[in-house]
Amino acid sequence: MSVRELFKSELKVVNIGLSSFKESLDDVQIKAVQVDWRPPVSVNEKSKTIIEQKKTKIEKANSKALEIILRGMPHLIGLEKAIDVIPGMKPNMLLHAGPPITWERMCGPMRGAIIGALVYEGKAKNPDEAEILAASKEIEYSPCHEHSTVGPMAGIVAPSMPVFILKNEEFGNHSFCTMNEGLGKVLRYGAFSDEVIQKLKWMENVLYPTLKNAVKKVGKIDLKNIIAQALHMGDEVHNRNRAATSLLYRSLAPAIVKTCDNHQYAADVLEFINRNDHFFLNLSMPACKATLDAARNINNSSVVVAMTRNGTDFGIQLSGTGSEWFTGLADVPDALFFPGYTKDDANPDIGDSSITETNGLGGFAIAASPAIVQFVGGSTNDAINYTQQMYEICAAENSVYQVPYLNFRGTPTGIDVVKVIEKNILPFIDTGVAHKKPGIGQVGAGVLSAPVEPFKKAYEGLADNLTK
Amino acid sequence: MFISGKIKKGVYFDSVTLMGIGKKISEMDGVIDAAVVMGTKENKAILAAAGLLTSQLQNSGDTDLLICVKTETEEIVKNTNDMVDELLNKVKKKVDTNEEYLPKNINGALTIMPDANLALISVAGAYAGYEAKKALERGLHVMLFSDNVPLEKEIELKKMAQKKGLLLMGPDCGTAIINGVPLGFANVVNRGSIGVVAASGTGLQEVTSIISNEGLGISQAIGTGGRDIKKDVGGIMFIEALKALAEDENTKVILLVSKPPDIAVLKRIDNLINDISKPVISLFLGTEIDGIYTLEEAALTAVSILKGKEPDEFFEKLKSRDEALKQLAKQEAQKRNSNQKYIRGLFSGGTFCTEAQIIVRKLNTIIYSNVPFATAIKLKDSLISYKHTLIDMGDDEFTSGRPHPMIDYSLRNKRILQEAKDPQTAVILLDVVLGYGSNTDPVSELSDLIQEASKKVAVICSVTGTNKDPQNRVYVEQALKNIGAIVMPSNAAACKLAVEIVQILGD
Repeated sequence: MSVRELFKSELKVVNIGLSSFKESLDDVQIKAVQVDWRPPVSVNEKSKTIIEQKKTKIEKANSKALEIILRGMPHLIGLEKAIDVIPGMKPNMLLHAGPPITWERMCGPMRGAIIGALVYEGKAKNPDEAEILAASKEIEYSPCHEHSTVGPMAGIVAPSMPVFILKNEEFGNHSFCTMNEGLGKVLRYGAFSDEVIQKLKWMENVLYPTLKNAVKKVGKIDLKNIIAQALHMGDEVHNRNRAATSLLYRSLAPAIVKTCDNHQYAADVLEFINRNDHFFLNLSMPACKATLDAARNINNSSVVVAMTRNGTDFGIQLSGTGSEWFTGLADVPDALFFPGYTKDDANPDIGDSSITETNGLGGFAIAASPAIVQFVGGSTNDAINYTQQMYEICAAENSVYQVPYLNFRGTPTGIDVVKVIEKNILPFIDTGVAHKKPGIGQVGAGVLSAPVEPFKKAYEGLADNLTK
Repeated sequence: MFISGKIKKGVYFDSVTLMGIGKKISEMDGVIDAAVVMGTKENKAILAAAGLLTSQLQNSGDTDLLICVKTETEEIVKNTNDMVDELLNKVKKKVDTNEEYLPKNINGALTIMPDANLALISVAGAYAGYEAKKALERGLHVMLFSDNVPLEKEIELKKMAQKKGLLLMGPDCGTAIINGVPLGFANVVNRGSIGVVAASGTGLQEVTSIISNEGLGISQAIGTGGRDIKKDVGGIMFIEALKALAEDENTKVILLVSKPPDIAVLKRIDNLINDISKPVISLFLGTEIDGIYTLEEAALTAVSILKGKEPDEFFEKLKSRDEALKQLAKQEAQKRNSNQKYIRGLFSGGTFCTEAQIIVRKLNTIIYSNVPFATAIKLKDSLISYKHTLIDMGDDEFTSGRPHPMIDYSLRNKRILQEAKDPQTAVILLDVVLGYGSNTDPVSELSDLIQEASKKVAVICSVTGTNKDPQNRVYVEQALKNIGAIVMPSNAAACKLAVEIVQILGD
């Protein structure tokens, strides 16, 4: 609009800065929008210049990545033992959540889960023996993410554990995840007592064959469809999976009854799923993983394809920077704690489950799931604001996953690290909280924003890559 | 004594909000000093100077909130930290319970208001240029209120704006009136047909207020920022704004206000004026053009031309007003003793300080200032006045880390008491600037002080503003008179009265 036109038009103002100026404009009845401005994250000037120069290239790459992410079609196609299907899995290998880490730097709950897994595998007779073995060079540790796999909390996957097999029908890639153990004393939170191991054995001997046969009978299950429906039913499929679990139950129950000869087993399996509201989490996570993995290795793309924590470090990977991890220390979540526990007991953020946020679900879709804002004593309005904010740092809106309250707007999908840095808005994650000591388990649930460090490094790393 | 420093990571609040909170904390029992600021380099330097920068705060960054308190005992720190949390929560709640989601940047804002036509930018100077560039890219006119924007950035932005046919007012543009809407620090004036281009914030406020108080009005008042008319920027926006007013059919008379421009810039302005068929009145402070050398004269000349009267008529009126000042000066001079000889001017508006130096020059004696103009001499110590001293309280040395003196009167108030105690002070000159952005209740801020000071010295105030301003000019003037101040209709008149008084005392 030329100056001439401006002088003849109604003044409409965008106010960036002092909010008192907006109040003055309100006072004289002038239409104005206040920008909730904050300084950008301070990054290396050279990187900033490179990113600015290559913006068009980056955006083009990002739309390519997002097209792949939005077209993803994750299906559950079967169950097998980890050693038989997970690429790169070895008999002496344990997979863990988050970016790479050594035993020395592992947090309590991850060590606890490893101790439990070694006992479960029969590699150690008792926890003490397991601990010695774990610290020796005999056991190889590797991040789930580097094996098309994801694991909640400690995310330990041992060779003989049964896993779900998912296939992204659109692009043909697979992903894997163990079955969810339920709440209470469980391996993923670092508990390793006898009851934990016994439950894992039951899962291997009863749950696994029963589900395997049932899935075979059904053929394949469209998880994208279940997630989309669940969002309309109050789930965000990270911290709330009640609706999705029910939907899964409906698609599996008849097949379980038809394929399981042992009625007691069938009843036990159905009851196990029925009593575990989080059963679907171990499907929503690999569903996101299968979707995002298809969008890896697109040159110049600043879209995050993995965002995860190992209880010590928080790490991310970008589509445009290959297998490189960008990490920083993980924070302790703000949480509501179970009676008897406080923030002092809490371990820093842990688990691959933030793959849901990476795919536009979980904290990003929290506006669809007002029930869980209670985890932080928040209001419905808070939930809506969290989701609204995430649109600011995402490359697209989801074409299938929607938020009913926001007029069925697609969830914010595809975290763009450039936007994160420029706007200084960090991804919002909702999560469970583990006790920092091994063997105790879950102590609460809550929310947190990702730490800035990994995003800063990723931004600068992308800039380096762009000049190569 | 106990010093505590606390960091809140990744939290951001604007500086005005934080200064308000810092002030409240300083006022708590047992608190010696307090600061609540973002961890920028500049802020950390201020904290270091105040002895508040504890070692753990050294590594904080731009996006960290720092809470620093110096208290009598350690126990008090808990109270102050709780209070900060409470106050921040209140601010946050106000934002969070807003029915509408607030966008995080200009693109978000333009999704909500696609037909926005102006961006008002007041974020810290280091970031303001970037925001302004984005606004220009999106085709918005920009008022850049922020200061400390690098010169190269200003030139880049102005060239970009010029190319796109957009206004880029500022940086350091404190005030503007576009389509009758006061922006930034501005007064609520009548709409009318006098257009103003000013490279001086308070100068713009003074002339627009005088014009409005005379019953006429403003079509547009465009601020350019003080550096525009200097050699480096080359008057890009001053000239563009002048062109725009020349073309604007609602503008009948044009008034230009600034300090003297660079010679080449002045030549360009003059050439342009020659091509403009409308009357153009120029006030380049410190130079006299057509007998006009104060803001008041410039404003009244524009008024008289528009009213179709000869400017002489107004000059006669002013002359007789100035004669009357002599009578008043005599009365005031009689109240002073033989030691009281000097003028002490404490200005919140930089242009008023300059104008005062020009008027007091008539005394043919040396004038001291922290921001000396022309023949004036720089004060050795800005905190201690010497002979005739005129202080710009809005200069950087007084405003780093605290609000502008038009908002926060506390520093000037301390100085008023200091000057009143000085046995050599005869006159204290004060400007009181009203309007949006300025202190909402200047009378309460000043009343005790002026009552006290006016027992010993003449306190002369000029009030800049209109009756439509939220503070209301007539109310403020009357209240100031009631507490013992002499109130003048303009800064020029106030300065002239001061000169008359000390002239008599000097005799």
